[in-house]
Amino acid sequence: MKSNLKPEFEVVEGTDARQVPVRLLVVQEEARPAVELQDEPVVMTFPHLFVRELIALVAASLFIVVISLLFDAPLEELANPQKTPNPAKAPWYFLGLQELLHYYPPVISGVVLPGLVVTALAVIPYFNVNVQRTPFWATHKPQKIVGVLVATGVVTLIFYITGAHPIWPLIGPTWLIGLCMLLPVLVRADLRVLRWVETRSLAFWIFTWFLVAAVVMSVIGVFFRGPAWSFTLPWVDGIY
Amino acid sequence: MHPNRDEPNPPTSPKKGLVEVLTDNRVTRSVIRHGYPDTNRNRALVVFSNFFLHIHPVKARVRAIAFPRTFYLGGLSAVMFFILVVTGLLLMFYYHPSSPRAYEDMKDLRFVVSAGVFLRNLHRWSAHAMVALVFLHMVRVFYAGAYRPPREFNWVLGVVLFLLTVLLSYTGYLLPWDQLAYWAVTVGTRMAQATPVIGDEISFLMLGGHSVDSNTLVRFFVLHCVLLPTVLTVVLAVHIWRVRKDGGIYIPPDERDETLRPGGEDTVSNEVVVAPNAEDEELQ
Repeated sequence: MKSNLKPEFEVVEGTDARQVPVRLLVVQEEARPAVELQDEPVVMTFPHLFVRELIALVAASLFIVVISLLFDAPLEELANPQKTPNPAKAPWYFLGLQELLHYYPPVISGVVLPGLVVTALAVIPYFNVNVQRTPFWATHKPQKIVGVLVATGVVTLIFYITGAHPIWPLIGPTWLIGLCMLLPVLVRADLRVLRWVETRSLAFWIFTWFLVAAVVMSVIGVFFRGPAWSFTLPWVDGIY
Repeated sequence: MHPNRDEPNPPTSPKKGLVEVLTDNRVTRSVIRHGYPDTNRNRALVVFSNFFLHIHPVKARVRAIAFPRTFYLGGLSAVMFFILVVTGLLLMFYYHPSSPRAYEDMKDLRFVVSAGVFLRNLHRWSAHAMVALVFLHMVRVFYAGAYRPPREFNWVLGVVLFLLTVLLSYTGYLLPWDQLAYWAVTVGTRMAQATPVIGDEISFLMLGGHSVDSNTLVRFFVLHCVLLPTVLTVVLAVHIWRVRKDGGIYIPPDERDETLRPGGEDTVSNEVVVAPNAEDEELQ
């Protein structure tokens, strides 16, 4: 929003704030929602938002209190460097990475891949594909069908060959996402869900793929891994 | 007199109710500089003149405060952080970051300290909840596209906050000094050791030695109780401040919304909020 109003006062420059009392009005150029939406229904923050926040705070606190009354934090025996438990598991939010350790050497699974993920997350807003979010199927439909198939194939191949074992927990989500992307092409029906899927952007699909893969890897690491990182079933062998 | 400070009500009614007695006196008015919030002017001043509430605008968009939009995930993450700070401070009263004393303190919390187990449980479960909530908050923000310009850098700060949260949880994981803590941290540090070229240096810096021992305990304790929470608090303040500066919760500009209709009784139109006496204030 650039103002074309001419200032009606003489601009005097100086360093003494009392001699030169200048008031500044700075209007930032970017479009702000607060500026743009004039007819938006609003309510007073107090009490409307305040009460909602209070309820959220009390509800969350109560939830934690109840959980804390019901379940005790784990405490095992004194730390003993001579006695390695089998399996030795990291905290749950690292078990996706520890699951990767099963397939790749530590330098890949512990340093390179997490580094890439964090970098990719940080730079998300700086790429147009994420900012524009045009529906994936809006243009070049035939080429994109080939593209999805090729991408799914290549990613599958990478995860099949490069790891110490084929990484099914990553191949599975890759196929799932590929299939979901192709759903509007495969199924010709006038369904709301199909129209929704069709209008998703490439950024949506990449992020969803990352999310599903991360969740699957973590769930396997938490529930399905036992001694020597062997595959176990939690309902048969319990959770290690 | 301060222009925002209401004059105590003239004695029109012979009898004052309890609320008036409590709010209509010099002492209360010196703390809270506005009258009872039964008018929009005073409701505006509640937010406007309160340090803790001033992160909010005086008026909030109906669409922005609806629960299904954000599930309050960011706010709930902050609630968890608040619970963690309070319970963490209390836990520090009973904790020595030395081996094997740290473990004995855990036993004391369980068997000696009044409600010690409960205190530790609160800290433990809200820590897990915070990691999960921060991650879910990030997922929600991605799907909403709320990192779009001008909010790019705030997304980056969000990623930093997520990493800080994980690091806080990870450093805290060692402190009970039991087998679970010891080996979980050992697994993590072995991954850091795999860093090319500087892996051993990073590991030595983290551990204060070549393996997880009492030096590591002190380092993780200081990181967990002083350094990381301080950094997180500062980054969190900037994060929230930037949300406010960018116009509050992000709503896609092209969103077709059914709630955009003339509001109900509680809806405030944009014109009526500026009350007399407050006209020179920036009420937004």
